[in-house]
Amino acid sequence: MSAAKKGKLANYWAASCGGCEIAVLGINEKILDVAEAFDIVLWPVAVDAKVHSIEKMADKSIDLCLFNGAIRTSEQEYMARLLRRKSKVMVAFGSCAHEGCIPALANVSNREEIFQTAYHDTPSTDNPNGVRPQTETEVEEGKLYLPLFYDTVKTLDQTVEVDYYLPGCPPEPERIWDAIVAILEGKLPAPGSVIGATTTVCDDCPRTREEKKIKEFKRTWEIIPDPDICLLEQGLVCCGIATRAGCGALCPTVGSPCIGCYGPNEGVEDFGARMMTALASVIDSDDPEEIERIIQEGIPDPIGTFYRFSLAASQLRRKTLEGLDPSGASA
Amino acid sequence: MVDERFEPKIVAFLCNWCSYRAADLAGTARIKYEPNVRMIRVMCSGRVDPTFVLKAFALGADGVMIAGCHPGECHYLEQNYKAMRRFNMLKHTLKAMGVEEGRIRLQWASAAEGVQLASAINEMVDQVRELGPLNWAQNWHEDGEVEAAIQRIEEEHAEVMEVPA
Ligand code: FES
Repeated sequence: MSAAKKGKLANYWAASCGGCEIAVLGINEKILDVAEAFDIVLWPVAVDAKVHSIEKMADKSIDLCLFNGAIRTSEQEYMARLLRRKSKVMVAFGSCAHEGCIPALANVSNREEIFQTAYHDTPSTDNPNGVRPQTETEVEEGKLYLPLFYDTVKTLDQTVEVDYYLPGCPPEPERIWDAIVAILEGKLPAPGSVIGATTTVCDDCPRTREEKKIKEFKRTWEIIPDPDICLLEQGLVCCGIATRAGCGALCPTVGSPCIGCYGPNEGVEDFGARMMTALASVIDSDDPEEIERIIQEGIPDPIGTFYRFSLAASQLRRKTLEGLDPSGASA
Repeated sequence: MVDERFEPKIVAFLCNWCSYRAADLAGTARIKYEPNVRMIRVMCSGRVDPTFVLKAFALGADGVMIAGCHPGECHYLEQNYKAMRRFNMLKHTLKAMGVEEGRIRLQWASAAEGVQLASAINEMVDQVRELGPLNWAQNWHEDGEVEAAIQRIEEEHAEVMEVPA
């Protein structure tokens, strides 16, 4: 890799677990090549850089921003807008930025309910004065501010324009490296696309597939799956059929059904809808009552099953706010 | 004063071979039904991807109907059974999302059943009218607090930046 002219790289971390930041280190010694090609201007987990120095930079002076995490506070939205302004290429890095991921499962709830649980109801909470985060607090020295906590978790592209997506929870090191090389060599797909495979996890799965006819869905703890046969054929809800390849079918290979962390495959607009279609095809019954029983017993948590990683990016984005305790202004 | 009656928007996906013809028959036979349905012709009820239904709700539909040939009479053999199973999945998922069950309906109607289809439509329109507007996109509206909160961060940062080095 030529070190003729160093580019600038920013990594950022919004609503996510931090695993994506670590995943970048999963490329091992190749990180040295990255450091040779780029000056790293921001990387919360590894580099001591300040937001103010980013604010002082000229617009579009960062060559590449790998942004991980969903958006659920005003501070995260501020950083997304700032980095978008300063960066030539904005990559939604990992499932949270791409489609909301686990943080977006909070979209079955809202701010009020989450605060109620976190600051009052959990058995480990000790909060006799009922203190809650406020966006503004008067103290002697003046006003203190905290970011606004949203009712709804958003994806990065529901917040700012995104050039590329790198799926996965977290993205696999090889895919990260492929993407960095593609960016350095200018061999990128059309803006707006996902950098990755256009096949499914099933295509990478070594299990044999025959006929899928299911009379009941099983939970993972209910059976010890046969090592060679397709897991869906054994009644386990495996999401490989809707999920983009990229992981090498790690989970189904070792007997655990795919939960969809690599996001929807190319052409799949709504991950859950694709799964509903797929599962509807394998249920072996034409009797409405039996169908009802199979689905009700087999899929007790449709949101968690069909949208574990993609609720924010789904057509409906969240559960209705109606019937939830309205949070009003949190100030 | 006439009070404004809520007119629900219902999107209906009708199978080309049966229910679409039933709707046609209702028309030629001058059977009246509520004008709230927007009909979309598909080749078979099995063509209705759950994405279509979810998208309709997300884009502002108050109700969605899927209509096809009676079980055993699908022109593509088994596809309406698939539609039936998908519908069931959708029903459970929508319920979990907080969309009332009355907003989605699976209706079998043969080409001769103009009257039945018309009355099913009327029934559904009444039901959804009763439920009121769905207004799904309202669910992720953050009340304009967001811009004020972001501006506060900008101002705070600007203040810090002013401190001489
Ligand atoms: S052709 Fe009418 S439902 Fe399949």
